[in-house]
Amino acid sequence: MVLNNIEKLIEKYENGETTLNEEAQLKHYFSQETVAPHLEMYKPMFNYFLLNKQEQFTKNVPLKTKKTFNYKWISVAAVAVLMLGFYLNSNVLNTNDCNELGTYCEPEQALNEVSKQLAMISNHFNKGTQSVNYLNTFEKGAATLGYLNEVENTTNIIFKK
Amino acid sequence: MTQTEFLNIVMPFKDKVFRLAKRLLVSTEEAEDATQEVLLKLWNNKTKMQEYKNVEAFSMTMTKNFCFDKLKSKQAQNLKIVHSNYEDGNTSLQKQVELNDSVNWVAKIIEDLPEQQRMIIQLRDIEEYDFDEIAKILDMNNTAVRVALSRARKTIREKLTNTHNYGIK
Repeated sequence: MVLNNIEKLIEKYENGETTLNEEAQLKHYFSQETVAPHLEMYKPMFNYFLLNKQEQFTKNVPLKTKKTFNYKWISVAAVAVLMLGFYLNSNVLNTNDCNELGTYCEPEQALNEVSKQLAMISNHFNKGTQSVNYLNTFEKGAATLGYLNEVENTTNIIFKK
Repeated sequence: MTQTEFLNIVMPFKDKVFRLAKRLLVSTEEAEDATQEVLLKLWNNKTKMQEYKNVEAFSMTMTKNFCFDKLKSKQAQNLKIVHSNYEDGNTSLQKQVELNDSVNWVAKIIEDLPEQQRMIIQLRDIEEYDFDEIAKILDMNNTAVRVALSRARKTIREKLTNTHNYGIK
């Protein structure tokens, strides 16, 4: 009787007409140790389905709570920092504006310092011009070369004749 | 949506996603990658998740499409990787080596089916979805699903009978 029922179910099953409930019955029947010999070939099929259902996904999925960085706010922060920087800087300028910038507060001291620097510069400059003086001797040499032209002139005259 | 809420939604069907991916891609590693990818995509779009009527069906469709993309790109590379991880470790089958062998046969037979039939067998016989859900997941109509399922089942039975009778007849 049971076997008869199963055979009917199998036929329906193959036509794709069984309900999930009936399929469960079939699976249950074929999970038994012994089945009718002429239905033996269905056994691995249903066993496979049951087996496969147990397979699980074991890999871990890295779920990052991704915070998308908002570049708008970065620019706002940058502007704020810049403004703050300028503000502080101008404050410094207003309060003590001499020594901070590497200048002298007293005008006399400054004049002394400047003349000292200028003297040093002219000193070094003179040294440079001295070495350039040698160029004069070179010029003399070039002048003597000018005589060669005259020689050429005379040779020209000779060869014309 | 917090991580735990998300996991509560996703946990019940993540294995189904994995098995469908494995059915299509065959290799366990690739199926794992695909599952991971699908879950991450869901996570990244978690704000839209409330709008989906059926997150599970939606994810299954996503998995299907993702696997198809994978397969396509693999074909384009013209690289065929043969995987042979058929064994499903199960202790109750220890005494029946022969049966275990024929279970592997089923795996191989299913692998030879066309992709659509493979998916339908997977969704119906293994995951036990009803026809409406399968139709929705695969974007097919109800009768087409039935027809494909019936064909797939008959093919499996035929091939199994052949291997079963091999050497007898």
